[in-house]
Amino acid sequence: MGEVLLTSKLKGERLELAAAGPWTAAHASELEALVDRVAGEAPQAKKVSIDMTGVSEFDTFGAWLLERLTRAWTAAGQKPAIVGLPKHDRGLLEEMHGVNREPPRAPARENRIVGALAAIGRGAAGLGRGFMLFADMLGAVGVATLRVLRHPSEFRLTSTINQFDRVAWQAVPIILLITFLIGAIISQQGIFHFRKFGAELYSVDLVGILVLREIGVLIVAIMVAGRSGSSYTAEIGSMKMREEIDALRTMGFDPVEVLILPRILVLVIALPVLTFLGSMAALYGGGLVAWLYGGISPDIYLSRLTEAISLTHFKVGMLKAPFMGLVIGIVACAEGLKVKGSAESLGLQTTASVVESIFLVIVLDGIFAIFFASIGM
Amino acid sequence: MAQEPVIKVRDLVVGFGDQTVLDHLSLDVRGGEILGVVGASGAGKSVLLRTIIGLLPKRHGSIEVLGVDLDQANEQQRRALERRWGILFQQGALFSSLTVRENVQFPMRENLDLSPRLMNEMALAKLEMVGLTPDDANKFPAELSGGMTKRVALARALALDPEIVFLDEPTSGLDPISAGDFDELIRTLQQTLGLTVFMVTHDLESLYTACDRIAVLADGKVVADGPLETMLESEHPWVKNYFQGKRGGLLVDRRVSA
Repeated sequence: MGEVLLTSKLKGERLELAAAGPWTAAHASELEALVDRVAGEAPQAKKVSIDMTGVSEFDTFGAWLLERLTRAWTAAGQKPAIVGLPKHDRGLLEEMHGVNREPPRAPARENRIVGALAAIGRGAAGLGRGFMLFADMLGAVGVATLRVLRHPSEFRLTSTINQFDRVAWQAVPIILLITFLIGAIISQQGIFHFRKFGAELYSVDLVGILVLREIGVLIVAIMVAGRSGSSYTAEIGSMKMREEIDALRTMGFDPVEVLILPRILVLVIALPVLTFLGSMAALYGGGLVAWLYGGISPDIYLSRLTEAISLTHFKVGMLKAPFMGLVIGIVACAEGLKVKGSAESLGLQTTASVVESIFLVIVLDGIFAIFFASIGM
Repeated sequence: MAQEPVIKVRDLVVGFGDQTVLDHLSLDVRGGEILGVVGASGAGKSVLLRTIIGLLPKRHGSIEVLGVDLDQANEQQRRALERRWGILFQQGALFSSLTVRENVQFPMRENLDLSPRLMNEMALAKLEMVGLTPDDANKFPAELSGGMTKRVALARALALDPEIVFLDEPTSGLDPISAGDFDELIRTLQQTLGLTVFMVTHDLESLYTACDRIAVLADGKVVADGPLETMLESEHPWVKNYFQGKRGGLLVDRRVSA
């Protein structure tokens, strides 16, 4: 290989440079240092020449650095001569001679305070746009639902059943497991703390009311937002990226009706079902821990449970479920349609979809709490 | 031009499941030539390319690239070899979250220790070599047209000054004029940079204007191999149909009369 070299010799008023070694990409950083060092030397000499005879390998990196050197000297009023370069390498140098002539436009730089203000403004506008998008999607789904009600034959039954299988049926095991564990933990904590007052039996009330009213539906909604909401956003987003949605539209189909309505409908149906299963698993887990850890036999647990809870608690939890399904579905699909060309944007919208839908589910739960309190449920 | 083949494929067998795509195929690519690989859709052209660059496993046979046997090469040798070839994928395969300039700089950044200034200059130089303007450098791949995507992908393939360039259908999806320009670009770059080009193509024009040698893939083998004249004399039914059929015939007539 040999070492990269660029030696300069001052002969009277003549500056002679001799290059040697491989002038290639692999040695570009050493070469750049050498070139930049000699670039300043020229002005004292009257004539400058560069002898390239010793160069063993030459590629675009070497050619560009040589060009950079000659440009620096030309700017300083010199006319450097290059000798000893093989013919085909000369073509490469000529190619380099034409490039990088005009510097690219520097991206417009803005004032930092203006930039910060603009970011705040964009954020606020984005928030407003996000809300509009949500309302827009809700409206579009409403219209699509009405249309399907009028022409039931247009309803995508196969797609709906396929989605139901993925969103509801395949989610059952993990939902059962998680809610079972949550019920067990609440029961254990209740028994542990109520024991100090000798009121272990009230842990059954705790488990029953908490699970049926709040925890059951919340845990399931959060699980579904993470599990299915994210996959909706990713699916619809990548369909958007590959222009599949545009293709549907040009064929005269409404993407909301074909893709989004079945998905949202499935969530609205699946969430109450999953909430019911999840609540039962949580009560079962709570009972098991009450028996094994708190010494409350299943008979006592059940009779205490029937005293503590009423149908109202159950109804409150189940009523919330379909609305949460709707919110998750709308957010997931709206975020999916926001995806632009890049993989990064797909990831960004999927994150936004999960974060937003979990946030909205909890906000919705708070609104429902106020609502049910004011109607006395 | 060196006569020792830079890519030496011997007795290659590649298949998926119980389907054999390449069946005891042998092929040489000589240094400094542009080899065009043609064949019917599904004949295994892209499979051959992907096997040579190591993306697909092979069942039998040996592949030698620049004198390195890919089976016997260790991790380090493989890495060194990968720096000496550049690949243009069919869809461009640009990194969508990086700008055009960052895409071209990516191989330089990972493999070489360069100053930011030199890296910027080199990226812009490569972009200009493939016919793009410095203003395109800050665009994202999603903002590019099909032809520009191919050009950027070519600039990225050339980022490290490779010795071999693999092109997978470089002109597919381009209009005939852009495709013609692209062929010319490949030809010019090949001459100035002294590249060896392995090109999978469907485009008859590309074969005529850009390629030094053509290899025809059929039934998992190379059934004909040589310059265009050899193709025209071939008796293999597919080759005959391809080069003397309706579309091929027109182009050949034009070339002969020109």
